[in-house]
Amino acid sequence: MNTILKVLKYQAKDALRSRWLVAYALFFMLITDGLLRFSGDPMKAQLSLVSVVLFLVPLVSIVFGTVYLYNAREFIELLLAQPVNRRQMYRGLYLGLTLPLALAFTVGIGLPFLLRGADATLSRSLGALLLSGVVLTCVFTAIASLIAVRCEDRLRGLGAAIGVWMLLTVVYDGFVLFVLAVFSNRPLEHATLGLMMANPIDIARIALLLRFDGAAMMGYTGAVFLRFFGEAQGVLVSASALALWVYAPVALGMRAFQRKDF
Amino acid sequence: MIEPLVRITELSKSFGALQVLRSVNVAVRPGRVTALVGPNSAGKTTLIKSLLGLTRPDAGRIAIRGADIDGDQQYRSRIGYMPQIARYPQNLTASELICMLKDLRGAGTLLDLELVDAFALDSVLDKPLRLLSGGTRQKVNAVMAFLFAPELLVLDEPTAGLDPVSSGVLKDKILAERGGGRTFLVSSHIMNELEELADDVALLLEGQVVFGGTLDELKRITNQGTLERAIATMMRRGLLPVAA
Repeated sequence: MNTILKVLKYQAKDALRSRWLVAYALFFMLITDGLLRFSGDPMKAQLSLVSVVLFLVPLVSIVFGTVYLYNAREFIELLLAQPVNRRQMYRGLYLGLTLPLALAFTVGIGLPFLLRGADATLSRSLGALLLSGVVLTCVFTAIASLIAVRCEDRLRGLGAAIGVWMLLTVVYDGFVLFVLAVFSNRPLEHATLGLMMANPIDIARIALLLRFDGAAMMGYTGAVFLRFFGEAQGVLVSASALALWVYAPVALGMRAFQRKDF
Repeated sequence: MIEPLVRITELSKSFGALQVLRSVNVAVRPGRVTALVGPNSAGKTTLIKSLLGLTRPDAGRIAIRGADIDGDQQYRSRIGYMPQIARYPQNLTASELICMLKDLRGAGTLLDLELVDAFALDSVLDKPLRLLSGGTRQKVNAVMAFLFAPELLVLDEPTAGLDPVSSGVLKDKILAERGGGRTFLVSSHIMNELEELADDVALLLEGQVVFGGTLDELKRITNQGTLERAIATMMRRGLLPVAA
């Protein structure tokens, strides 16, 4: 068993016992179960869940992640005083943070659907929903780790975490709308596609809405997206964009972690 | 003179504009307790962290038994470290923490659990760490430092937060292990405590070593009977260079 797995094992054990993580899973269970009960239509319930997931998963991942890592500061120092390699340590810490969060999310949404039994078409879109949530968790814990490593001051770090989330959920949409309004007299489909690719939440949103057959309601742009995301090339591009959103913060964080003075 | 276990040569470190260590030279001799003394923010912790590889020095060398420490993490398997503050993952238990260190070290050696008995920690080993008092966590910390019977023990303010009985237990343990040939680097600003333990003293003032030598030597050159008064005399002399 190498260092990554050893660090991961104990850190995940710790995180999984965290009350916040349990509350996170319970919240998703309650809301999923509630939506299933009151909408009566599992498809509609899933559609409502899309917005909750896109809003909440990034927020919880980035805030829980930064707070957790700031609290683990002395623990990380103790670990680094052991004969371990910093690269492996960082990977272990990242996975030890990401996997429990992803697990809590998956169980929180998956369990109510499982208990009510899902048919084949439903499980396809459910799979897409779970996958997007897990990928968003990976992206935002990667950003959280980067912030916690780069920023010594925990208050500023937490501020940066919330700032990044606000930027990608609220401000970015405003910016995109602004661009669309200013250049409304030009064909913008490809520019919009480009803008979407620069925001992991947007990629997840579009990919999900297309899965849910909402594309029909999205007009001409929807058709462009559908064509884009429907083609193998589009799937490849969006998947690569998301992978880059995980890889870049992890790589930057790792670089900073290796040089960091504790 | 015996070849030192740790030789720190011309070590310098700045954090931004703040120069914390200025060409520090320290030799830690084997089988002895070296006290690292100095006022707050004199650079004690930075020196210790550089030795452990937690902080990267800007210049200078650190060698253990003649071999430079950079570029290899394996040297840390010879060191037991007791950090100053003990805030560990809230939901793990002390025994899980110990298991984790065991996993990381891959130690097949016999574990030194003497302190678990001496501190009567048996009953708390399986409680989550968040339920333990600060003093108890500090005891767990001490157990972890001694666990692998390392060649060198680095203790940063070891008795901070310990009651007199536990602090006595820890000091007895240090003296017993020194008798067994282990080497200690102990930082503290409680002079009376170091008086009992120290063989050698390194006094840091504003990032510079103003004295490095034996405790007796320090008392002799300052004409003082106790470590506390000797250090006070040295600190009054300030940064005047001292022939040690």
